[in-house]
Amino acid sequence: MSFLSIQHVSHTYFTKKTAKTALSGISLDVEEGRFLSFLGPSGCGKTTLLSIIAGLLEPSSGEVLVEGRPIREAQEPMIGYMLQQDYLFPWKTIEENILLGLRILKKDNELSRRKTFKLLKEIGLEGTEKQYPKQLSGGMKQRIALVRTLAAEPKLLLLDEPFSALDFQTKLKLEDLVSATLKSFSKTAILVTHDIGEAIAMSDTIFLFSTNPGRIYKQIDVPEVLRNLTPFNARAHPEYSSLFQTVWKELENLEKQTPSY
Amino acid sequence: MKSKPHRIEQLHQQYIGSLLREKRIVRTYQFFIFAFFFALWELSSWLEWIDPLIFSSPSKIVELLISKIQDGSIFTHIGFTVFETILGFILGTLSGTLLAAFLWWSPLASKVLDPYLVILNAMPKVALGPILIVALGPGFTSIIAMGAIISVIITTIVVYTSFKEVDPNYIKVLKTFGASRYVCFKEAILPASFPTIISTLKVNVGLSWVGVIVGEFLVSQQGLGYLIIYGFQVFNFGLVLMSLLIIAIFATIMYQLVEYLERKIIKSSN
Ligand SMILES: Nc1ncnc2c1ncn2[C@@H]1O[C@H](COP(=O)(O)OP(=O)(O)O)[C@@H](O)[C@H]1O
Ligand SMILES: [Mg+2]
Repeated sequence: MSFLSIQHVSHTYFTKKTAKTALSGISLDVEEGRFLSFLGPSGCGKTTLLSIIAGLLEPSSGEVLVEGRPIREAQEPMIGYMLQQDYLFPWKTIEENILLGLRILKKDNELSRRKTFKLLKEIGLEGTEKQYPKQLSGGMKQRIALVRTLAAEPKLLLLDEPFSALDFQTKLKLEDLVSATLKSFSKTAILVTHDIGEAIAMSDTIFLFSTNPGRIYKQIDVPEVLRNLTPFNARAHPEYSSLFQTVWKELENLEKQTPSY
Repeated sequence: MKSKPHRIEQLHQQYIGSLLREKRIVRTYQFFIFAFFFALWELSSWLEWIDPLIFSSPSKIVELLISKIQDGSIFTHIGFTVFETILGFILGTLSGTLLAAFLWWSPLASKVLDPYLVILNAMPKVALGPILIVALGPGFTSIIAMGAIISVIITTIVVYTSFKEVDPNYIKVLKTFGASRYVCFKEAILPASFPTIISTLKVNVGLSWVGVIVGEFLVSQQGLGYLIIYGFQVFNFGLVLMSLLIIAIFATIMYQLVEYLERKIIKSSN
């Protein structure tokens, strides 16, 4: 039994005038500790799929199982969700922000607190506890958001384009940091991105999505050599360039098949 | 090398100096407008350019005020009006916000009540005055109700709109932690709307004064609104103008207090 199992998930958004099928027949299985990427043009339903996996949205049909049980019946939340922006609460201090999840889950005890502050230290932002989000830079805020997400000890991490609002240098640094942090906790993670390089550098497996409606078009496994490197070093490896070419061609093929472009 | 920071320091001092100078000029003009207005009023009343019986004069108003202070009657009137206004203001803002929270809580209710809100908002609330007096009796309950009713609907609409405009991604973050609707409201919706609520406070202060003064016109027992109506009926316009000036002063004080509160809250929330 795999850790996460997505079975024949389809989703259609209804409005008064339209019925928009965002996802159609998505099935995939994920083993624990794996890092997946969903790569595809915007509008292909990636965010929709993450919302369904997180149990925030009920799919029109199909099912999501985590450890064999439907996600919406989970006793306690085991999903961590990171968004494109940090969505730190501006009126809360950093400390209040990172302890928020624990407080809502009623797991705010001495031990979990200590763990959270240790995480903050590991991520290099010790001493910011009493500050407010707007006193920090974009990259720092996104790191705080990562701490907030990990503090609740989710089993599965969903990352919805978490680096796309950052400048390139910060993005590269954060990729390394997130990758190292997730590896050290051996978390299962799904990264949504439209950046080919990021998908290759960070993940074990890449799923290419086609649009209208969103489907899995192709599954590409990242070679062992790249997986063992940090994202930054992976980008410099010769295998990276050749895989980049492959993915690029696949995406071009995909575009040719969708005449709507 | 050393002269550089010194030069910057000097420029900074110059800049501060120019700010102070500008402030002094503004204050001087403000004082002259004030003095000119009252002097002109006094003079034209004295020379009978304007009818002193109708427009009175600053000196007569001050005289009247002193006599009212000596017999203490003015304080009861001021006390009543200010008390009614504060209560009407708090009630209006609070119930408007609560109503907004209810609408947010129940999307069905918000759809059902939508046309009623539109009608109530469009309706001139002071027209309800006589009905309130019949229903609640000609006392200060009616007046407070007037002060509250005038701001409650607009508060509801403005605050509810701000509740709805809170970025849904904040809710998404909370929901991944298993937050209930109540927790989402408490942690995200309400605090995110604080700036809007505070800015409705400023509008509501003004509205409550309108409601209370009109209420006092109608009930005609006590208060500054009553003094205005009474002065009008007995043709004592000095009394009318004196009440107006007192209202202007106290309304300003209340507005300043709310503004002070706003600065405090905004500061602590930032
Ligand atoms: N709440 C919604 N109502 C209607 N249509 C939606 C809604 N959310 C997303 N969609 C549509 O579904 C499609 C997929 O959206 P999304 O999952 O956000 O794509 P992506 O994250 O890949 O950019 C888009 O065409 C979008 O317009
Ligand atoms: Mg998206």
